Amino acid sequence: MKIEKYANPARFLAVQKVVQPWLTAASVVLIAAGLWLGLAVAPPDYQQGETVRIMFIHVPAAWTALMVYTMMAASSIVAIVFRHPLADLAAKAAAPFGAVFAFLALATGSLWGKPMWGTWWVWDARLTSTFVLFLLYLGYIAVWQAIEEPTRAAAIARIVAIVGFINVPIIKFSVEWWNSLHQPASVFRMGKPTIDPSILWPLLVMGVAYSVLFAALEFSALRNEVLARRIRQMEIAAAQGS
Amino acid sequence: MSVLAALVRRDLLLALRQGTGAGTALGFFLTVMVLLPLGIGPDQALLQRIAPGALWIALLLSVLLSSDRIFQADYEDGSLELMTMGPAALEIVVTMKGLAHWLATGLPLAIAAPLLGFLLNLDPGQIVPLVVAMGLGSVALSLLASLGAAVTVGIRRGGLLVSLIILPLYVPVVIFGVAASAGAGAIDIATPSLLILAAIALVALVTVPFAAAAALRAYMH
Repeated sequence: MKIEKYANPARFLAVQKVVQPWLTAASVVLIAAGLWLGLAVAPPDYQQGETVRIMFIHVPAAWTALMVYTMMAASSIVAIVFRHPLADLAAKAAAPFGAVFAFLALATGSLWGKPMWGTWWVWDARLTSTFVLFLLYLGYIAVWQAIEEPTRAAAIARIVAIVGFINVPIIKFSVEWWNSLHQPASVFRMGKPTIDPSILWPLLVMGVAYSVLFAALEFSALRNEVLARRIRQMEIAAAQGS
Repeated sequence: MSVLAALVRRDLLLALRQGTGAGTALGFFLTVMVLLPLGIGPDQALLQRIAPGALWIALLLSVLLSSDRIFQADYEDGSLELMTMGPAALEIVVTMKGLAHWLATGLPLAIAAPLLGFLLNLDPGQIVPLVVAMGLGSVALSLLASLGAAVTVGIRRGGLLVSLIILPLYVPVVIFGVAASAGAGAIDIATPSLLILAAIALVALVTVPFAAAAALRAYMH
C-alpha cells in the first residue's frame, strides 16, 4: 500500500520539499558531531597513535558503500515486482554516491595503510572485495550512460544491479578463501570485540551521519532525476508539435 | 530436443566456419602466452610458479574477447527475434547459445592449455587438474560472458562495458579455478576448490539464462 502511495512522482516531490531541509541539517550536525568525537574526544590508539583517527572516516564509508548497493538492488527488485516509477530512478541516483563512498573507503584505507603496513595497497581480502564493489558501481553507472533510451537503460540496469548484488557475498567469500591461501599471517589486525567504547561510539555516530548524508543526497538527486525526466517528456512533446 | 540440438549445431558451425570463433580465441591465447615471458623475463622457476594463474587469465580474456559473437550478429540481422517466436523459450535459447560458445571457445582452450603451458614450464603434475578445472570453470566463464553479451547487445562498441560488468563476476571463478589447478596431482583432483568451481558453474547454468533472457527482451521490445 505504502509503495503505491509514494509511486506518484508529484507526491514524492511534495514530500521531498518538506523533508530535504531537515535531512540536510541533520547530516551536517551529525557529521560535525562525529568528526568532533572522532578527531578530538576519542583517545589515540596505544599502538597506532593518532593515525587511528582515519578509521572514523574510513570504516563508515565502507559500511555506507555496502548499504547503498543493497538499497540499489532492493529498489531494482521493487522496480521489477511493483513497476514503481521511482524505483529505477532511485537506484540510478544512488549509484554515484555509492561509488564515491567505496572510493572514499579505498582512498582513506590506502592513506591509513601507508603508515601502518608500510605500503599503499595490500591485496587483503577486505580491500579486494571493496575494490570489486567499486567496479560493480562503475559498471552500473556505465550501463545508464551507454544506453540512450531511458526505459531500456532502466531494464538493463536492474539486471546488472541484481546480478551484482547476488555476487557480492560470493566475491567476499572467495576473496577471503584466496587470501587465506596466499597470506596466512595477515597484517590486518583490528579485533572487533576488543574495540573500546571510547572508539566505538564516535564510529557509530559517524556511521549514522554517513547514512543520513546519503539520504539527504539521495533525496535531492532523486528530485533532479524526476525533474530531468519531466523535462525530457516536455521536450519530446514539443518536438512532436502537440 | 531437436530444436536445442539445432541451435547448438548452428552456433558451432558459425563459429567454426566464420573464422572468428575458436581459431581467433586460440590465437589470442597463444599470443598472451608468448608475450608473458617476454614481459616478465625468462626465469624458469618464476614462470613455473605463475603458469596456472597466467593460463587462467589468458583463458578468461579469450572468453571475454569472443563473447560479443554470442548474440550480436543474431540481434542485428533479426534472427534472435525469430528465435523468440520459435518453439523453445528464450531462456533455453540463451542456455544453448552459451553452451555452444563454451564448446567453441572454452573447451578447446582448456584442452590446448597444457600445450601452451609448456611455454611457461608448467609442472607436469598440474596438467590433469588444470585441464579439469579449466573445462569446468570455462562453463561458468562462457555463461557469464553470455550474460554480459546479452546486457550490451544493443550498444555499439559495448566491448569495454562488457569487461567492466563481467570482470567482477569472474573473480570467484578465477580464484577457485587457480586454486583447483594447483591440485594435489592426477590421483586426487576432486579438491574442495574444484567442487566449489563446479558449484559456481551449476549456479550460473540455472541463473544466467533468466537474467540474460530478460536483458534480451528489454532490447527487443
